[in-house]
Amino acid sequence: MLHLILFLFFGAVCVAGAISLLAQSHPINSALSLIVVMASLAVEYLLLGAEFVAAVQVIVYAGAIMVLFIFVIMLLNAGSEDRTKGSRVAIILGVPGVLTAALLVGWTLVFRSHTEMVSIGALPGGPKEIARLLFHEFLLPFEVTSVLILIAIMGAVVLASKPGAVSKRHDDEMPKAMPELVGAGKDR
Amino acid sequence: MSITTFLIISIIKSAAVVGVLLTAVAYSVWLERKVSAHIQNRWGPTRVGPFGLLQPLADGVKFIFKEDLTQPHVYKPLYIAAPIIAVVFAISSIAVVPFGNSVYIPETHIGSWLTIPEIYTPFQITDLNIGLLVILGITSMGVYGVALAGWSSNSKYSLLGGLRASAQMISYEVSLGLSLVGVIIVTGSLSLREIVEAQHHMHWNIFLQPIAFFTYLISAYAETNRTPFDLPEAESELVAGYHTEYSAMKFAMFFMAEYANMVTVACLATLLFFGGWLGPVFGPPILQLVLPIIWFCLKVFFFMFLYVWVRWTLPRFRYDQLMTFGWKFLLPVAIANIVVTALFVAWRA
Repeated sequence: MLHLILFLFFGAVCVAGAISLLAQSHPINSALSLIVVMASLAVEYLLLGAEFVAAVQVIVYAGAIMVLFIFVIMLLNAGSEDRTKGSRVAIILGVPGVLTAALLVGWTLVFRSHTEMVSIGALPGGPKEIARLLFHEFLLPFEVTSVLILIAIMGAVVLASKPGAVSKRHDDEMPKAMPELVGAGKDR
Repeated sequence: MSITTFLIISIIKSAAVVGVLLTAVAYSVWLERKVSAHIQNRWGPTRVGPFGLLQPLADGVKFIFKEDLTQPHVYKPLYIAAPIIAVVFAISSIAVVPFGNSVYIPETHIGSWLTIPEIYTPFQITDLNIGLLVILGITSMGVYGVALAGWSSNSKYSLLGGLRASAQMISYEVSLGLSLVGVIIVTGSLSLREIVEAQHHMHWNIFLQPIAFFTYLISAYAETNRTPFDLPEAESELVAGYHTEYSAMKFAMFFMAEYANMVTVACLATLLFFGGWLGPVFGPPILQLVLPIIWFCLKVFFFMFLYVWVRWTLPRFRYDQLMTFGWKFLLPVAIANIVVTALFVAWRA
């Protein structure tokens, strides 16, 4: 009973955080709302018995990725966003689309789902079980995903580096700049 | 164990642990001032109480009664929230730290009206089987206190301090986490209690994993913003870094958070590499119960002393040196340690 109350409570917190994420006008408040979403998701995982996933969710998403978000917002010193009325297409197509999707998902879950209700905390979620799944049954998808992330990293590096910057690196720039600095020091 | 007993025991344990932690935090400030003074051939605090022992109390009273200034240019909600975030996450990670064996109290009757049921409980607020990950998670959330303080103060020194802190903590968190993987591979568990119990008979992990220990120690110093990695609050360039605009109790909260983080790091170093509460145990039952806690406290004290010692020995890094050291030296060393450990464990299995 306590589990269910906590589960519903943190579900509500999660949804509230998500709505606040969209409604806030300042980027840093949006980012903080996203942290609330991540953290309450972690609590939901924990209540379902997936303690390892919960810990990883906090460490990776709430602890590392969101810090980078905040870091970038601080670095760019992003100000408040102007509120726009939004596109008409989004309202005409989006709202009915979301409603239909929600109805479809709800209908499937209620009437078509043959799986039994999972009792909270019954699933095996320890690090050992997850490791066994990842490195025995799902080894190939796991490794392919890691290659995918590697490709993404390489793409980011290619996009971030200026054209020609890689070949220039051998023209040791530091020694060229150094004599000027030393000279400036002598003048004083 | 009934739910009432559980609640009462948990409340007693939490109150005791938090009380001890806050006292330890106050007295590590005293230790820092005293040791730094003696390193520089001074006396340090001597006026309040014997050896200046009541100085933390006087400091606390002063912090409470000082005027709490809030500059008009700050972003108020986050400016107020930041020190709270910092101190809450710094203190809550102590919840999973074990500091002794289990205690067993048989059913006792006090008079005719009060019966204490039998109690079997570990010296630890809660024993989780992913305790290590919980500590990593909580400490990684602590960055927000520093980063938001820097941003919401709306002043350039604070912002620079906050930026430096978040970049530095993200960078060194990677090698901190990876340095712990070696220990996890050797022990095969994420539970702090099991990690300690695997180190019986002086099989301390420091002998098995010396490289992991040193990478852990260095990156932990960077994580807690201590010299030689104290760039987020470098006095000589940033006034006081991220807490420049804070005064009175809000400033003291950042101070508490910093020292509480140091205590957590020292506890973790003790548990993972120095056998936690393990040590020679002898004498009557009550002594056997207390001795492990004394060993644990002594080891933690050693690491707290090391913190101060290092602070007054090493000068501060330059920022590019800090980043180069973290990414180009510490991280490869930590990864190499994991690979070698994994190969060794696989070869022995």
